[in-house]
Amino acid sequence: MSEQRHTLEVRQVSKTFRDPVTVPVLKEVSLEVKRGEFVSITGKSGCGKSTLLYILSTMDTDYKGEVVIDGEPTKGLSGTRLAAIRNEKIGFVFQFHYLLPEFSVLRNVMLPGLKLARKSSAEVESDAMRRLTELGMADQALKMANQLSGGQKQRVAIARALINDPLIIMGDEPTGNLDKKNSETVFEIFQHIAQEHKRSLLIVTHDTDFAARTDRNIEMEDGRVLNHGG
Amino acid sequence: MRLLISIAITILRAKLKQSIVAAVGVTFSITMFVALLGFMNGLNDMLDGLILNRTPHIRLYNELKATPEQPIAQRFDDRAVVHHFIRSVKPKSEPQRLRNAAAITRALEDDPRVLAVSPRLVAQVFFNVGTTDLNGQVSGVDVEQEVRYYMFSDYLVEGRASDLATGNNTIVLGKGLADMMAARVGDVVQVTTASGDRALLRVSGLFQSGIADFDKVQCYASIKTVQELLGQPRSYLTDLNVKLKDIEQAPAMARELAARFDADAVDIQTANAQFETGTQVRTTISYAVGVVLLIVAGFGIYNILNMLIYEKLDTIAILKAAGFSGGDVRRIFLSLSLIIGVVGAAAGALFGFAMQRLIDQLPFVTEALPTVTTFPVDYNPKYYLIAVTFALLTTWIAGWFPARKAAQIDPVEIIRGK
Repeated sequence: MSEQRHTLEVRQVSKTFRDPVTVPVLKEVSLEVKRGEFVSITGKSGCGKSTLLYILSTMDTDYKGEVVIDGEPTKGLSGTRLAAIRNEKIGFVFQFHYLLPEFSVLRNVMLPGLKLARKSSAEVESDAMRRLTELGMADQALKMANQLSGGQKQRVAIARALINDPLIIMGDEPTGNLDKKNSETVFEIFQHIAQEHKRSLLIVTHDTDFAARTDRNIEMEDGRVLNHGG
Repeated sequence: MRLLISIAITILRAKLKQSIVAAVGVTFSITMFVALLGFMNGLNDMLDGLILNRTPHIRLYNELKATPEQPIAQRFDDRAVVHHFIRSVKPKSEPQRLRNAAAITRALEDDPRVLAVSPRLVAQVFFNVGTTDLNGQVSGVDVEQEVRYYMFSDYLVEGRASDLATGNNTIVLGKGLADMMAARVGDVVQVTTASGDRALLRVSGLFQSGIADFDKVQCYASIKTVQELLGQPRSYLTDLNVKLKDIEQAPAMARELAARFDADAVDIQTANAQFETGTQVRTTISYAVGVVLLIVAGFGIYNILNMLIYEKLDTIAILKAAGFSGGDVRRIFLSLSLIIGVVGAAAGALFGFAMQRLIDQLPFVTEALPTVTTFPVDYNPKYYLIAVTFALLTTWIAGWFPARKAAQIDPVEIIRGK
């Protein structure tokens, strides 16, 4: 892979909500994220930053423009192919942890790896344990997901996002629901991922302190990029 | 796929109560289906057996009847313009024998379609009881053949079939007839034939067919005994009863035999058409009830899965975000439904069998059916197969719609909606 190749490129992405009246939420947004870059997106509520993130995540396919992930244009790909891209190349961390309550912590972390099926389930399990150990959660591995505290859940969600060694981690307010101490832990984990593992991060956040400490902060307003940062 | 099934099982475990309720619906419907059809068909077989076991597939005989063409008509050409009014020439007095019975028997025994040919000789008699005479009919039979092909010993309530075969001048009386004569096994009864000959016969057994009118008239003796009773030679026979390998061929073959041997032939379908109809109606009703039960169970599964999907919206969204495609999600919920179906069906088959065993134990004693002591049940595996197949089909369809809905859920809406 060439150094110049961007992990993520967004060209002229526009989106309108049609219900009940036509409201443009994104107006020709273009940006790119380089390999190993820790990027945050900030902006007021309703500026379209979350909408943009979900378009980049390939889960929302109703938009104009082009999204290229690791050199592959995603426009017009089948749902199955997009799911495979998400599985392999994108890791997600949400504001509301979203662990599967029916599964143990370990199993939650393993699921995307089992889905990718590139490794045996024993290998996936040892990977998952390693990730949990890195995040200081090894002793909680066999608990059920709903027995954990908020900060713990978020760390498990990060471990899950990392299990397939994705090119980019996307986060929608990952610290939005955490106290100062836990936010700090999550930030450090992200920074570590970007610096040590050379993974890109794209984090939507309200937290200006958090944003200020990232490599680059993209500011958005009214569906446009105000400032590309850096 | 294994991963998807393991996810389905985990979700099922988390919602054990609903899953069990859904599975119990399937179990219940299969139990009832299997029990109902087994019971219905057991009854059908028993009722049919009442007649069909004892009825030959084809009966060859010689009926006493007027000639279709009066003799005077044969004197004139068809085209001749004549009107003849002699129309009452009666059949001539001729024994009701089947001509050339020995040769017909040999020919039929060589026919590959034929299972067995049993000769019969039927005689109308009077039983002299004190000062009154009772009407009766003695059938001379080949006892071994009757036991083998017409379940003769099943209907003997007293005495043994072998006694009839070996003893000379012995008779088996119908239960009703014996009661009227106050005759018991070992007694001697006096018989008068239509031509006025008298004979004494020893009662060697009693039989009960379950049809009261029949039992008041019908008696059995060996062919030799009846021939002697009538004063007829050893070749004298009135009927040939034919049992075929395939009962469905009976009507066609009856026509063929009638033409070939210049005799009258009646097949079982024609003689007992009402039984076929009754059986069909009962079977149709039981299938209809069974299928309705299964469909109702299907609706149960549909409802429960729909609810499950609403409760599991978060799970579905997160699976999709983590890279599970819509197809994967659909397969998860479809497997979930099929697991409920398979578990429910397996339990249903088991309970159905238990239910059949239970029905089989229930006492069912009736005068009409001497050999039956409990309710009859048909344990045919066919019903299990139909029930399980249909149950899986129903659960598949019931699961398919909710599963498709789950597949179409937009994860963004769920994740952002919080």
